[in-house]
Amino acid sequence: MKQKIPFILNGKDVSLQVDPLKRLIDILRDDFSMISVKEGCGEGECGACSVLLDGEIVNSCLIPVGTVAGSSIETVEGIRDSESGKRIIQAFAAEGAVQCGYCTPGMMVGAEWILRKYKNPTAEEIRIALSGNLCRCTGYDMIINAVEAAVKGGEL
Amino acid sequence: MSVSYRPATFDELLDLMSEKELIPFAGGTDLMVQNAAAGGPKFAGDVVFIAHLPELKGIRLEGDKLIIGASATLSHIENYPQVPQLLKNAVSLIAAPALRNRGTMGGNICNASPAGDSIPPLYVLGASFKLQSRDGVRVIKADEFFKGPGKTDRRKNEILVEIIVPLKEWNIEKYRKVGTRAANALTKCSITAAAKVKNGRIDDLSIAFGAVGPVIIRDKNLEKKLIGLTTSDLKARADAILKDYSALIVPIDDQRSTAVYRKQVCLNLLREFLEVDLGQ
Repeated sequence: MKQKIPFILNGKDVSLQVDPLKRLIDILRDDFSMISVKEGCGEGECGACSVLLDGEIVNSCLIPVGTVAGSSIETVEGIRDSESGKRIIQAFAAEGAVQCGYCTPGMMVGAEWILRKYKNPTAEEIRIALSGNLCRCTGYDMIINAVEAAVKGGEL
Repeated sequence: MSVSYRPATFDELLDLMSEKELIPFAGGTDLMVQNAAAGGPKFAGDVVFIAHLPELKGIRLEGDKLIIGASATLSHIENYPQVPQLLKNAVSLIAAPALRNRGTMGGNICNASPAGDSIPPLYVLGASFKLQSRDGVRVIKADEFFKGPGKTDRRKNEILVEIIVPLKEWNIEKYRKVGTRAANALTKCSITAAAKVKNGRIDDLSIAFGAVGPVIIRDKNLEKKLIGLTTSDLKARADAILKDYSALIVPIDDQRSTAVYRKQVCLNLLREFLEVDLGQ
């Protein structure tokens, strides 16, 4: 049974007529072309589909779109042009934090969440914050270094 | 195809629950995985979203009790100052931040997995659950609520509204979860234990094991036999106590671990609690 679901996507008011039980990840990719949002496991264990929901990191594969009516959703497409987004992208490139790239959008959403949440996160806090984001290439150290570099890259 | 409802008020939710048979959907972090299908989740029935209702979300102190709304997220609980440390320890090791930002304690309870990590601390802390329907309110003790894997005492028209946690003074606490890795690992087995020790004497004691039986294992009669003893008594009797608990710990082999491993690890952890944690 389709319903009209309005929400805010990367700062813009949007709405669509949709079955409220459809997964947010599918809506973002198929209806709004937010293809930075990746599906890895589909079970909330890999973090490739991470988005910010009202500023908090969540797995978009586990969220029916009907539960986000009226909420704000942010993806890398919305984060990348901000000051912090630019710093994160630059730091990931400089630190070699990207290899195959599949986990990268989820990691960058995680990095943005960390930058908003902590003023001076420790390496341990960064690791805990990103503990739900899996990377099978880098071994994580370059990603942690990149987030630390993005944090140090100047005040917001 | 399932229909989903999003009641505007708690009153409307109770009406819906009395009129129809609905699957309460809070954070959905278990439901979305259990009902995953190609093209979107397929549920066995119609669904009612409840996580947006303010009546179910709050956490507050009421005298010597902490009241946790059933839809309070695990992150909220993890960061709420007055939450007992044992419960915080368990909740902060569930999955990863993104999941804790959505997953709720009410969901963890009603999903009734023997490996549900927030449940053993609720047994140890003597928590009870407030259930509400158009027929009225019931308060059920945690150790009477769970009937088996996925089975609880919740009636079809009831909503779990609040988790009531008595704030008692424990001075020795142990929570240890054994899993494959730190984040996102489901529990192979766990121990949750608390004691109040005064001048070397056990004034109060509570011990629970997770994921090693159809429901959480806690035996109040065994605990009663230990209360009143000294910590050196416990150390001396450790072998006998382990033998008593060994009869209660009845794990299974599954994809996560084996029965033999789970039982041995639980007994090792119990020995550590009796000889090391209580011996301090």
